[in-house]
Amino acid sequence: MKHQKTCDKCDRPATNISVEIIKGEKIRKNLCDIHAAEDGIPGKAAQHTPINELLTKFVQAHSGAEEPPELQCGHCNMTFNQFRQHSILGCPGCYEAFESPLTALLERAHEGGTHHVGKVPRRVGASEQRQQQVLRMRKRLGEAVEAEDYELAARLRDDIQRYEEKTE
Amino acid sequence: MTAIQRITDHAGEWLRGAGPSSEVVISSRVRLARNLAGFPFVGQATTSERMEILKRTREEVLSGRLGRELLWVGLGECPDLDRELLVERHLISRQHAQEDPACPRAVALDKDETFSIMINEEDHLRIQVLRSGMQLSEAFDHVDHIDDVLESRLDFAFSQQFGYLTACPTNVGTGIRVSVMLHLPALKLTGQIEKVRRAARDMHLAVRGLFGEGSDALGDLYQVSNQTTMGRSEQEILFDFQQTVVPKIIAYEHQARQALAKQRSSQLEDKIWRAWAILTHAQVLSNEETLGFLSHLRLGVNMGRLDLVDMRTINELFLLSQPAHLQKLAVSPMDPASRREARADLVRNRLGDRR
Repeated sequence: MKHQKTCDKCDRPATNISVEIIKGEKIRKNLCDIHAAEDGIPGKAAQHTPINELLTKFVQAHSGAEEPPELQCGHCNMTFNQFRQHSILGCPGCYEAFESPLTALLERAHEGGTHHVGKVPRRVGASEQRQQQVLRMRKRLGEAVEAEDYELAARLRDDIQRYEEKTE
Repeated sequence: MTAIQRITDHAGEWLRGAGPSSEVVISSRVRLARNLAGFPFVGQATTSERMEILKRTREEVLSGRLGRELLWVGLGECPDLDRELLVERHLISRQHAQEDPACPRAVALDKDETFSIMINEEDHLRIQVLRSGMQLSEAFDHVDHIDDVLESRLDFAFSQQFGYLTACPTNVGTGIRVSVMLHLPALKLTGQIEKVRRAARDMHLAVRGLFGEGSDALGDLYQVSNQTTMGRSEQEILFDFQQTVVPKIIAYEHQARQALAKQRSSQLEDKIWRAWAILTHAQVLSNEETLGFLSHLRLGVNMGRLDLVDMRTINELFLLSQPAHLQKLAVSPMDPASRREARADLVRNRLGDRR
């Protein structure tokens, strides 16, 4: 079986293996992604990295010894760890709930871009607040249906409809 | 006649084999990801929310403001073969074709297949426009218009900071994916394709095969697309792609073709004529080898070495020789062995007609 080389500076698998000849002397380097990057070798991180890998690395790098307090979206109840596993957010509200870890992630995924530049919907106005409000009402509706409180559900459905019509 | 049957008897717009730079660029595609405000993303939505999303979108899409002859295909009610056919025609993604009773899904398309709107894929709406050859600006103008029409009545999830909010943060911001399908046989034959892949990756572009993520580059067909969707406007992303990225790859391919013609002329002729001989005589053909030989025929026609067949026929065969199309043309499901025979028959007939 092929032996997997480990990094010269830690126990992670070596993904960057190089042989340099300096003044006639051969220098072998077996480095993992992180130490290769420290060494100034553009590793896989400079190329396209799948988002879950980016996320895992990001969280590992920032968690240190202690587990950070788990972030959770108040609208859809998704936790940041759940997002990390699937790379898919639960609802538009997650962007606000996970703003700080997401910003760092976006920066890496979008060549440094963290703010939107480009098209804006014509009717954007106060819609951000409205979006959050409807999302909250819809969540309560889901809970009412689950609790089989159909009276409340019907009232909420009417409220949502009225609210959407009023603000259109 | 079902909606699907209406599209099977002709090839989609993107296979016309025309348009600027069509000797290398098969098609241009621009896709926008959008989500309705006030709903969770598809993955977290309940079945009734998903149905509500479908209902609202359907009303707007079929309101007549996007064109009169639109097809609406509910994927739950659609046979497996029809869904596979839509994937082969690049009208829906493989992910969208997967069966899931808890997630009602649909696709809307115009009868020329210049655009399709996937509903309840990863995002509530994925709007895409396909054009033949290098026509990214035209494709963008069209998709932008569809977006304008839809957003005049539907509220899309949007934030000032993050832009259009999408289920996966890799699409957030503009939600735009610009891509071209390139035919790069000479770069493949001269062993330079890896260099192109690496260069593309350095420019933050994705390079994929014929059917997107994870698929092999059968028939020397490669899809190149942007990955950055935030921090740059739609126009900037488009401009870069149109003015820098694609022209550069086209120039590499042309150089490789010239080098082949100069240095390896007889091998080149051999590749082309061997492909012709096999495709016009074989009795059994696998999908993979067919696409490989069609690629060499296409190269031969483009380089003026073969004039027994036109570009449109070759482009059509790339599509019609695919498994679901073969079965649809035969009007019955077939096992892989019968498909290989049917494929050889189809190719022989189509090429024979042109002789």
